[in-house]
Amino acid sequence: MATAAPRAHRQSLEWPVLVSVLCSPQNYPLYIRSVPTENELKFHYTVHTSLDVVDEKISAMGKALVDQRELYLGLLYPTEDYKVYGYVTNSKVKFVMVVDSSNTALRDNEIRSMFRKLHNSYTDIMCNPFYNPGDRIHSRAFDNTVNSMMMQVC
Amino acid sequence: MADEALFLLLHNEMVAGLYRAAEQGEGENGRCTTKLESMGFRVGQGLIERFTKDTARFKDELDIMKFICKDFWTTVFKKQIDNLRTNHQYLAFTCGLIRGGLSNLGIKSIVTAEVSSMPACKFQVMIQKM
Repeated sequence: MATAAPRAHRQSLEWPVLVSVLCSPQNYPLYIRSVPTENELKFHYTVHTSLDVVDEKISAMGKALVDQRELYLGLLYPTEDYKVYGYVTNSKVKFVMVVDSSNTALRDNEIRSMFRKLHNSYTDIMCNPFYNPGDRIHSRAFDNTVNSMMMQVC
Repeated sequence: MADEALFLLLHNEMVAGLYRAAEQGEGENGRCTTKLESMGFRVGQGLIERFTKDTARFKDELDIMKFICKDFWTTVFKKQIDNLRTNHQYLAFTCGLIRGGLSNLGIKSIVTAEVSSMPACKFQVMIQKM
């Protein structure tokens, strides 16, 4: 573990976004992409936990007077090392992104526009007649969008 | 507009083609309607994904129905639905379109259409409570 830690850190500097995940309305994954690291399982765990927060946020929005009806949910929860952001489309597809805490270049607005980009790309996939809604996403165009997003130099 | 006519022709041919295929094969009439309906369903899902991309989150079912009736309807049919040359088979695709749209927004429904007097068409949307 002692050797793994600095390596993970170095990677995180090169990769501002560590994980991006799309989940169906039933909470099974449609797409997972994470930085190549041995901690992948931990990321999956983090994302999985965050889905509960997403659900909570949506249901709270339904009854509360809070007129925060944006698709972007903002910061779901910060941990010591990561920040987890969420986004839910009107069709209840959940997008989750995990970002390194030490990265201060990524502000709320940047994250929001990244989610927008993801959503645009996802819409294109939904409108592809050869894609079955609910299937795992295997699309080169989508891969490219995510790649460019994750490796974007800040 | 020219694209409107193209879509109309495509829709006509879709229905005609399916029925022609059914006549040659052994498939019965009911299956054609189902097929058309499911085609509409898929298209509706895709359309909704696109249309709701920049809208705010919907509060409740009423909000969703309002969206379907206003934005969705005018985008899909431009004017009134009247101008589709209607009879029951022709409406299968349209019913599916609405059902698909609703389903993608998390509402399970049954959509039926009926034509009582020719230029008018009534769509009935039954929402299934979960």
